[in-house]
Amino acid sequence: MADLATESPEAVVDPANWTCPAPLRDQPVVVMGHGGGGALSAELIQQVFAPAYGNPTLAALTDSAVLGLGGARLALSTDSYVVRPLFFPGGSVGDLAVNGTVNDLAMSGARPAYLSAAFILEEGVELAVVERVARAVGAAAEAAGVTIATGDTKVVESGHGDGVYITTAGVGLVPEGVDIRPQRARPGDAVIVSGPIGLHGVAVMSVREGLEFGVEITSDTAPLADLVAAMLAVTPDVHVLRDPTRGGLGASLNEIARASGTGVRLREQAIPVPDEVANACGFLGLDPLYVANEGRLVAFVPPEHAEAVLAAMRAHPQGAGAARIGECVADHPGMVVVATGLGGTRVLDLPLGEQLPRIC
Amino acid sequence: MKYIDEFNDPELARRLLDEIRSTVTRPWALMEVCGGQTHSIIRHGIDQLLPDEVELIHGPGCPVCVTPLDVIDKALAIAARPEVIFCSFGDMLRVPGTGRDLFRVKGEGGDVRVVYSPLDAVDLARKNPDRQVVFFAIGFETTAPANAMAVHQARRLGLANFSLLVSHVRVPPAIEAIMTAPACRVRGFLAAGHVCSVMGTAEYPDLAEKHRVPVVVTGFEPLDILEGIRRAVHQLERGEHRVENAYPRAVREQGNPAAVRMIEEVFEVTDRNWRGIGRIPDSGWRLTDAFRAYDAEHRFDVTGIRTEEPAACRAGEVLQGLIKPTDCAAFGTACTPRTPLGATMVSSEGACAAYYLYRRMTDTPATEGSRIPREEMNPVG
Repeated sequence: MADLATESPEAVVDPANWTCPAPLRDQPVVVMGHGGGGALSAELIQQVFAPAYGNPTLAALTDSAVLGLGGARLALSTDSYVVRPLFFPGGSVGDLAVNGTVNDLAMSGARPAYLSAAFILEEGVELAVVERVARAVGAAAEAAGVTIATGDTKVVESGHGDGVYITTAGVGLVPEGVDIRPQRARPGDAVIVSGPIGLHGVAVMSVREGLEFGVEITSDTAPLADLVAAMLAVTPDVHVLRDPTRGGLGASLNEIARASGTGVRLREQAIPVPDEVANACGFLGLDPLYVANEGRLVAFVPPEHAEAVLAAMRAHPQGAGAARIGECVADHPGMVVVATGLGGTRVLDLPLGEQLPRIC
Repeated sequence: MKYIDEFNDPELARRLLDEIRSTVTRPWALMEVCGGQTHSIIRHGIDQLLPDEVELIHGPGCPVCVTPLDVIDKALAIAARPEVIFCSFGDMLRVPGTGRDLFRVKGEGGDVRVVYSPLDAVDLARKNPDRQVVFFAIGFETTAPANAMAVHQARRLGLANFSLLVSHVRVPPAIEAIMTAPACRVRGFLAAGHVCSVMGTAEYPDLAEKHRVPVVVTGFEPLDILEGIRRAVHQLERGEHRVENAYPRAVREQGNPAAVRMIEEVFEVTDRNWRGIGRIPDSGWRLTDAFRAYDAEHRFDVTGIRTEEPAACRAGEVLQGLIKPTDCAAFGTACTPRTPLGATMVSSEGACAAYYLYRRMTDTPATEGSRIPREEMNPVG
């Protein structure tokens, strides 16, 4: 123990006396990283929620649960949307609340049909703002071909919310013969991403933090169920679909690798990162592979169907920028590895929590 | 972005690598000073592509890693005060102090905010006259001018509620300390381009001459780093030891005089403790007497904090280039970004974090030792 009220003695570099910080192993309180979609989020689910009400359906930990009901296979999903600011280039919390749940259902191969929408409003928010968000919800639902079938409204005291929070839940039907889940990834599968990555995260950051990057960056928020239907029309044997939202492509691919016990090998130069995203990320010290997307999907497709699926994706407006970025491999199970442009390799790990802008 | 792509060209990289291979005849250990360079090297796999004779040793240039524990603990104490808005760059939030970090203080109700510029913190002080706004001013010569500007601005605006918690460090005294350490293996330096863009190159000729080491000012893109290595190896093979600027698009010999003036107006040179390394004379800056009123340590009663640092990891040796992260037995087992033993595993520029994030599958595990045995290295000087 050292009393810092007094200066420590002169200690020129002395290899025998290095000191290191104490470990910080536990988080007794919730921190922002628990909602970041990375390792801390996974721990929260594994250590708190799964033990409390775990069951075989929940244990699959997919974006939406696929349930047998009355002879049909029903996909069910729920998500909450707490974005600041409420409106950003390319969308709003209302668009996200619809598209996010629609996409979670679509990632099981389901055709989304009905959504619920629960609003938590903060006292003092202008009704015009609520109306604008509600209209965005309605418009997004129409565009996605789903019906808002039920809803709820609560108000919390001023200072207890961020204006408007929305929780949506949705149901859809999974077509016969379709079985899409992370556990089905197989060595040899082509890894395909549906378009340029990182746009949503950088768009929100640019307005939330008051950063300007010289060009306006617009969120990619969009419903993906139509695109998925186009892919399934080529083959129902798509193995895995995931929309890389929080935690970005890096987190999604790690989750798939771990769930399936396979490895993923990416080619860095094949990953579509828009210049403006790369610039903004370079400026902030962030990795675009961990930046959130709201209108992209990553697919694992058997190699014999890969080119046909890719062609079908590129023929669809939501998949025009689709690219084959790597393969599922038997090597390094559970890990994602990137071949760099120069010829080296690096591991792409599950992010810990939220990405933090660096000092310089 | 084209400008950056030009410094990632695989064909040019191959040519530089070929030239390094055809030049090198003996083992040489080069230190890249800056943590940003370390991450670029590991992220792009540059060290995997170099000939065996060229070993890259990671230097102490991660500002987050070297910020001493007592300063982190002072930050935690100040940030926990109800009247304080504590502002920091993002990567300081996860660095462990004694028992907790800034994230935990935030989770427990402290008003901790990530800012992208110290001037944002000044703006917060202006908008919150009833709160005390403290900015965590850490970093090398790169961040010092903006932090000095923030204090300058606060005084100009007459803000009585803004202060800095200062832990600035300087690169040249650290290089001096590394070269005079008995176990030093470093034979040449890739100097940190961003530091030199502020300070220029005038601080390095004496170091190069005294220790007979080439110092090549180097940028951060893959080709920048390969070019820095190429030049350093050329000098070493010819028995030369001079300062070269391989980053002319950012660095002038005289640096940025306006930025240096701003530093000199607000800060004065002082001794500093470096986490994991120890006290290095003249290696830091503190606010001058004229700006003492803006010193958070002076404003808040944070003396008497007791720190506790069990000697559990080897971050200090990593920071001095004495071992590679993978030489530490705790690397990747007891020590991960989730359970860090040292700041080098936490910081986005830390060498241990770079190895863990990008390399833990492909690199040799702990205890195999560095690639080039000590006895094969040239003696210092």
